[in-house]
Amino acid sequence: MIEVVIEDRCTGCGDCVEACPSDVLALGPEGKAIIARQDDCQTCLLCELYCPADALFVWPDCEAPAGITADQALASGQLGAFRRDSGWGEHVGTFTNQHWRMGSIFERARLAAIKHAAITKTEETKP
Amino acid sequence: MSLTLATDVLVIGGGLAGTWAAIAAAREGAEVVLADKGYCGTSGVTATAGPGHWWVPPEAREAAVADRLTRSLGLGDPDWMRRILDLTWISLPTLRGYYDFSTDDQGQPFYRGLRGPEYMRAMRKLALDQGVRILDHHPALELLRHGDGSIAGAAGLALRGERPWTIRAGAVVLATGGCAFASRLLGSATNTGDGLLMGVEAGADLSGMEFSNYYTPAMAGTNMARSMAYSFARWFDADDRELDIPPGPDVTPNLARALLLGPLYCRLDRVPEDIRRVMPQVQPNFVLPFARWGVDAYRDRFEVTLHPEGTVRGIGGLRVVDEACQTQVPGLFAVGDAASRELVTGAISGGGAVNSSWALSSGQWAGAGAARLARGQGARAEDLAVATGRAGLRPHRAARPVDVRAAVQTVRDELNAYDLNIFRRGPALVRSAERLDDVWTDLAAHARGEGRASLRAREAAALVAAGRWSKASALARRESRGMHRREDAPGLDPRFASRQRAAGLDRVWTAFEPVAAQAEVA
Repeated sequence: MIEVVIEDRCTGCGDCVEACPSDVLALGPEGKAIIARQDDCQTCLLCELYCPADALFVWPDCEAPAGITADQALASGQLGAFRRDSGWGEHVGTFTNQHWRMGSIFERARLAAIKHAAITKTEETKP
Repeated sequence: MSLTLATDVLVIGGGLAGTWAAIAAAREGAEVVLADKGYCGTSGVTATAGPGHWWVPPEAREAAVADRLTRSLGLGDPDWMRRILDLTWISLPTLRGYYDFSTDDQGQPFYRGLRGPEYMRAMRKLALDQGVRILDHHPALELLRHGDGSIAGAAGLALRGERPWTIRAGAVVLATGGCAFASRLLGSATNTGDGLLMGVEAGADLSGMEFSNYYTPAMAGTNMARSMAYSFARWFDADDRELDIPPGPDVTPNLARALLLGPLYCRLDRVPEDIRRVMPQVQPNFVLPFARWGVDAYRDRFEVTLHPEGTVRGIGGLRVVDEACQTQVPGLFAVGDAASRELVTGAISGGGAVNSSWALSSGQWAGAGAARLARGQGARAEDLAVATGRAGLRPHRAARPVDVRAAVQTVRDELNAYDLNIFRRGPALVRSAERLDDVWTDLAAHARGEGRASLRAREAAALVAAGRWSKASALARRESRGMHRREDAPGLDPRFASRQRAAGLDRVWTAFEPVAAQAEVA
């Protein structure tokens, strides 16, 4: 679930407030994003993707809040990782979209499964 | 202060099918409003995924249709399969300039698969460029109907300020997605079956609701149901004994059986090194839970769960009655996962690929059809319109507090549990149906909320309604066909080789279509 907004990083642009599909975030009295309805968070991570300042941190537990602090989020090295790997914003030239490889990855999995099944069968028939 | 609008076409839902519908309607020259419960661009299950499409070159299509028809187990329709193959092939290249298509190893543009966040970002921009008016955070709560039974528009709630809205429209497209039965499936939190309930209240019916039990693995405690890496998985029990679960169509029942016995673990150590390196740029979200939780996905053993997808990668939904995906209610269209996909998938899941092609195609047919209808007759905004919403909105007895969370939890209990929903048995289906009936009776009689609470009450009513249609349909189909598995009736029964309709609110009904109508594909 969404755990924390890093206040020092948040510019108050409101992009995350708009983009959240579950309407979890709001702009607070200080003009920065706040977590208004944490219970409604579905852990889709898309707020992180839409935050150009890498100010939001989502913890992968989708059942309950974990109580992650801003310091823990900063220390994780994970702030902005989703946006970076997705090649959004300044990462557009360096982290290219490799999604097109999905088809060949599934095919290699299928061939690997056939190979492993054959090996297992050979071992089973050994005396 | 409330918002009141009149438009030619209203699209409810801004996921994959809804955006294609809005764009197609706008291209026909219609004035289009798209109202999304969340944000058009991040709402729905496409935005968190990476859908492939059913992408087959013309010369290979007849073989692809023949194969799919066989696997549809008598419930598919080859003409609809050909139609979505054709439209998919034509449509995806038109997204050039909006989606940055990659080139494959042969230097060819790769059109068949698009990454979810970028796909939906592109669809939003294209819709806006076509003049679609997008209302984000505007959930619809009910449909409006003319005295002659045709659709007159919809009413809902603007979440900002919690203000009501009413939109009169010449035609309405329901693109509200499938119903994930309040599971933790990635991206599905808003997919509570709202469109199914609104449609049935307005007079539409459903088909294929028994096919609502597709499941996807994820690391326990997370919702990250991205399945690609699991095609390399090895599975282990609590004593670290490897389980004999080969990949294939039976992997879900096998994993579910293991989970009914105890914790289930996974190792992804067979994922090749080169794929590990590129994975963050193929599926950026897949790697995040592992990285944050300090699990080395490719070395460590980790616990897994199975997330129910309900009718998302399941099949059932609103029944369409013509080639424009209109329901039996004049002026009401159903698209994407809100519609039954049996025509193109039959009794087995359309996975990502066929379902995406269906969303793209049904969306465009409905958008164009809705535009033609609406431009012919206008919004009829001065005609009398009747609100159709009932349970959760207009209780038929005294309004009093109803435990909406408990209602949703009952849906989870009855529709998510592996032993109740994957391995189905008559007596258990009856018990589930009775329990859901009780919850429905209470909701319909007493539940009413203000502001956001009205949305939660309606979502609960929709979840319970969808659960009841699913249980009733599963009970009536006393055989096993595709994903519908009856432990007390294994194997296909030719008497049931047809699609099954369902509807009804206070009393649920189901009815099989005559087999003869589908004799050529059975």
